[in-house]
Amino acid sequence: MKDIAIVSFAQSDCVRNAGAKNEVELIMPVIKSALGAAGLSTAQDVDFTCSGSCDYQQGAAFAFVLGVDALGAVPPIKESHVEMDAAWALYEAILKIRMGHADSALVYGFGKSSPGELPTVLSQQLDPYYLAPLWVDTVSLAAMQARMMLDQGVMEEADMAAVVARSRRNALANNPHAQLKGEVAVEQLLAEETWVSPLRKHDCCPVSDGASAMVLCTVEKAREWGKPYAVISGIDHRIETHNLGARDLTRSVSTEQAAAVAGVSDGAIEVAEIYAPYSHQEIILTRALGLGSETVVNPSGGVLAGNLMMASGLSRIGEVAQRIINGDIKRGLAHATSGPCLQHNLVTVLEAA
Amino acid sequence: MSEEREMITGIEVPIYLKYHFTAGEATARFLSQVRQGKLVGQRCPSCNNVYLPPRGSCAACGVATTEEVEVADKCTVESFTIVYIPIPGNPIQPPYVIANLIPDGANISFIHLLSECDNDTVHRGQRVQAVWKPQEEWDYAMDNIRYFKPLDEPDVPSESIGKVPVTGWEV
Ligand SMILES: [Zn+2]
Repeated sequence: MKDIAIVSFAQSDCVRNAGAKNEVELIMPVIKSALGAAGLSTAQDVDFTCSGSCDYQQGAAFAFVLGVDALGAVPPIKESHVEMDAAWALYEAILKIRMGHADSALVYGFGKSSPGELPTVLSQQLDPYYLAPLWVDTVSLAAMQARMMLDQGVMEEADMAAVVARSRRNALANNPHAQLKGEVAVEQLLAEETWVSPLRKHDCCPVSDGASAMVLCTVEKAREWGKPYAVISGIDHRIETHNLGARDLTRSVSTEQAAAVAGVSDGAIEVAEIYAPYSHQEIILTRALGLGSETVVNPSGGVLAGNLMMASGLSRIGEVAQRIINGDIKRGLAHATSGPCLQHNLVTVLEAA
Repeated sequence: MSEEREMITGIEVPIYLKYHFTAGEATARFLSQVRQGKLVGQRCPSCNNVYLPPRGSCAACGVATTEEVEVADKCTVESFTIVYIPIPGNPIQPPYVIANLIPDGANISFIHLLSECDNDTVHRGQRVQAVWKPQEEWDYAMDNIRYFKPLDEPDVPSESIGKVPVTGWEV
């Protein structure tokens, strides 16, 4: 099986409202930047392109088709899309390369969540018979999950606040694209009022507009291009039932399974970028991934610092890949999630060449 | 004895989501100029094609379009269809003609209505011009143009459709 390399990554700023910009205007700068960093000039220079987005976010049908205007998508381009986070677009691109149908690919994700009320919009991803008609929003579901964890004594509110304080601090130090960053003490955070109890506003990721893009290829191709790269040594994704009542919401079984298949424990993990939209979910996920104090978790601040729905998962992978490409670390993992209360999880292990 | 219940065979679940939709920066600039009675497209710096309405990029080259170019309200019919089926909520009564029109000075078509024409003789290459609403009714919308009507000009041959300069069609 062909080894696959990530050669470049680019992400836009996370902003609360990108104003008049349409999907093309959000995507084009990151695609240009990712292609440029790989030494390429247009999407025709790769064998395959795949995007991740969800039309419900901006309320525009077929926005993902319009987004292709950013590419120069004329024949013989091979183009695909997932109505998911672009981490799964990356997964499709990997399959395409492994099957021998492509040697290189451009993957991008974009989200313009500002036009709608995102937590309510996301209620429509629930099962259409029992939950979606109740309009249960994502924040309320996450609050229920956090409440179960507090009641079972698997964490305390101060643990949640500690996740937020570290996110803000890391974002300030390391992430020029962050929407929320700064020095803030756990006591200060705990003094704030709850929003959807037991969640305080800061326990929830912000709503952000933006995009990210990545170029990947076979290791042979990366050598041919003469570019430094990070190798994807393992990737796997697992999904749990849509029936929330049938899941143990205080752990993430699907993440545990994906981590085992991706080979997380085959070596030390220096950096982990985890897609945890709520502070308590980072606690669930670090446990599911078996991470200890030797791992730096979310040096970018993670998605509590800015959440580009449909691009954040790809950005987690990009954050780790970029650190390997820069020579800062040798091995790391990235996690992406989708669905309510961490229903669907993807784990990627990245290593230096 | 348990009570017989009627089987549930369907449920009604209306979805209502509210959005503040934006057209995009390029399209917003275009609509602001349509409000002034002008058709302003954007030129691709790579292939020189002029797009109307602009989307902010050249879909063929994948590069940003920034140069604004005013085009004419005279167009050439690139293709058309005659609609015989009434569409619910559409005030226009069939049969009517909708056409892909390429304005003089632009290279890509947009869709609009043809009227004041003989439906049976509408054809590719036909020359048409915009019939605008009275200025006081202009808004940020393409229906500032009520429809396009035929011009008494010679047809544009197939190979020249989409290449007519802004100054017009000269044989
Ligand atoms: Zn072009």
